[in-house]
Amino acid sequence: MTSTARPAVSRPRRPRASGGGGQAVRLLVLIAIVAVVLYPLFWMIGASVKSQEEIVSNIGLLPREFTPGNYVDGWTNFDLSFGRFFLNSAMVSLLTVVGNAISCLLAAYAFARLKFRLRGMWFAVMIGTLLLPGHVLIVPQYILFRTLGLVGGEWPYLPLLIPQFLATEAFFVFLMVQFMRGIPRELDEAAKIDGASAFGIFRHVILPLSRPALVTTAIFSFIWTWNDFFRQLVFLSSLEDYTVPVALTLFIDSTSQSAVGPMFAMSVLSLLPVFLFFLAFQRMLVEGINTSGIKG
Amino acid sequence: MALTTAPDPTRRGTGSARAHAPRGVAGRIRNSEGLAGYVFLSPWLIGLMAVTAIPMLLSLYLSFTDYDILTPFSEVEWVGFANYERMFTADPSYWHAVRVTLTFALVAVPLKLAAALGVALLLNRAWRGVGLFRSLFYLPSLLGGSVALAIVWVNMFNRDGAFNSLLAVFGIEGKPWVNDPDWALETLMVLAIWQFGAPMVIFLAGLKQVPTELYEAASVDGANRWRQFRAVTLPMLSPVIFFNLVLETINGFQGFTAAFVLSNGTGGPVDSTLMYTLNLYIKGFTDLEMGYASAMAWVFLLAIGIITAILFSTGRFWVHYSDGEDR
Repeated sequence: MTSTARPAVSRPRRPRASGGGGQAVRLLVLIAIVAVVLYPLFWMIGASVKSQEEIVSNIGLLPREFTPGNYVDGWTNFDLSFGRFFLNSAMVSLLTVVGNAISCLLAAYAFARLKFRLRGMWFAVMIGTLLLPGHVLIVPQYILFRTLGLVGGEWPYLPLLIPQFLATEAFFVFLMVQFMRGIPRELDEAAKIDGASAFGIFRHVILPLSRPALVTTAIFSFIWTWNDFFRQLVFLSSLEDYTVPVALTLFIDSTSQSAVGPMFAMSVLSLLPVFLFFLAFQRMLVEGINTSGIKG
Repeated sequence: MALTTAPDPTRRGTGSARAHAPRGVAGRIRNSEGLAGYVFLSPWLIGLMAVTAIPMLLSLYLSFTDYDILTPFSEVEWVGFANYERMFTADPSYWHAVRVTLTFALVAVPLKLAAALGVALLLNRAWRGVGLFRSLFYLPSLLGGSVALAIVWVNMFNRDGAFNSLLAVFGIEGKPWVNDPDWALETLMVLAIWQFGAPMVIFLAGLKQVPTELYEAASVDGANRWRQFRAVTLPMLSPVIFFNLVLETINGFQGFTAAFVLSNGTGGPVDSTLMYTLNLYIKGFTDLEMGYASAMAWVFLLAIGIITAILFSTGRFWVHYSDGEDR
């Protein structure tokens, strides 16, 4: 009876991986969890086109009466239109992307490829700053930037942007170092034999090959900055400079309940860029936390 | 664990052509490379000094003063340990914030990790569609830290919110959860747990690394699923669990945005959502007691350092590294 003996010995798959019934149950459970997890998002989108009374009375996702006017009302709810806040957020986020990409790449190249005195020590310091909570530094940073006249100054975004151009986001430095370690050293050596300097190797070997790490850095830095609230709350003080998250909290300040629909409308809009990034780069985002997180 | 397995950066390159070059040339190359190293490192170094180190030292100094942003530096008064004394002996709201933060972290972090691991185990059987589920579960981690989602959350758990409407379907009478001091923090915990996707993705990657042969061996030995989970999955996954635990604990202590939105920056109702960072913000930027806030920041830093150290020291007893290296 070879046919029955065979599977037990040489079947390459785990026995428990099979079983159509179990698989179907598993799928149903997963779909149920997905429904629960996504409900708040759909509810938010639904509420953004519901009338005030429907938001509090209609538990369903779809409005009985479609109220797109919330978007118009929300857009113009304050003295300045939300367009201004979106432009401010976009500017801060995009400049942060540029700053992080450049400064972290330079630092990562030094750590990953160049030999210099105290490199090990600086690397350890960099790893140490990975775990440093940003909240610890906010008070003295505020004092320093204010003393320099940069808080509420001519261009109030400098306190938000300067750190990003100085590779202070250690997470990205670390991510890029890990990535560059995977680039074959033979390429450096070959370029060196051809007479390339450290800068030449950076320019012609490392930079072009580091594109995936740069893209990951760009995506995460955009999303994190777009969503960031704490630093923007601390450093931005006048309405015309407000970014989207800070402007959204103005809805909470206004005690009148009439603005709930518009508040939801603007909340939905505020998440739209992140959501589009998610649609476009979801694979990369998910892989990104993997490579940076554990695989190394 | 990335932080411990990262190759030693001080390790010299071996076997390169340079090793055979005459001494002088090698020396010159090393010198110019050393210079280049610092050139490339300079933005980071400047950032380290200007944005991290100097502010840290400044805040250490300020923590011994009564500095508020309004008086000039020259008139700042040295108050010794007064800020620290006040914090530990004379400021009930400080200890309250510590309790709120610890409660939040102690409940939300384990539940979030449990949810992440549970869903990862459900997903860990390769079939088409895993990628889609993985992405959908990950979405809340991308959106959840935003002000917009905090606003949604507050409204969902309002008196007239979706959650109460849902309870009403089952005939249960809800309450204004976010306005109830006994429940407001719980709604924030649910928001944190809702973002289980990021650790889940890391768990999934870890699960893929567990050799199939171990399960085969276990099942040949007659181990049932629960036994296999206990004896194979958990130990093999322990480095990843540890990594997620450290990361999420540190994150958990820093919750700010949702607490700010829920309480409109006050930590209410009745200080029930007064997270440490929110308390620090109120003291520093609402009350302008920046000396006191600096002292709070330093204690926070030390506390996080100590908790991380404790996690690492307990890790020795339950984190299993399959390569047999002693760490």
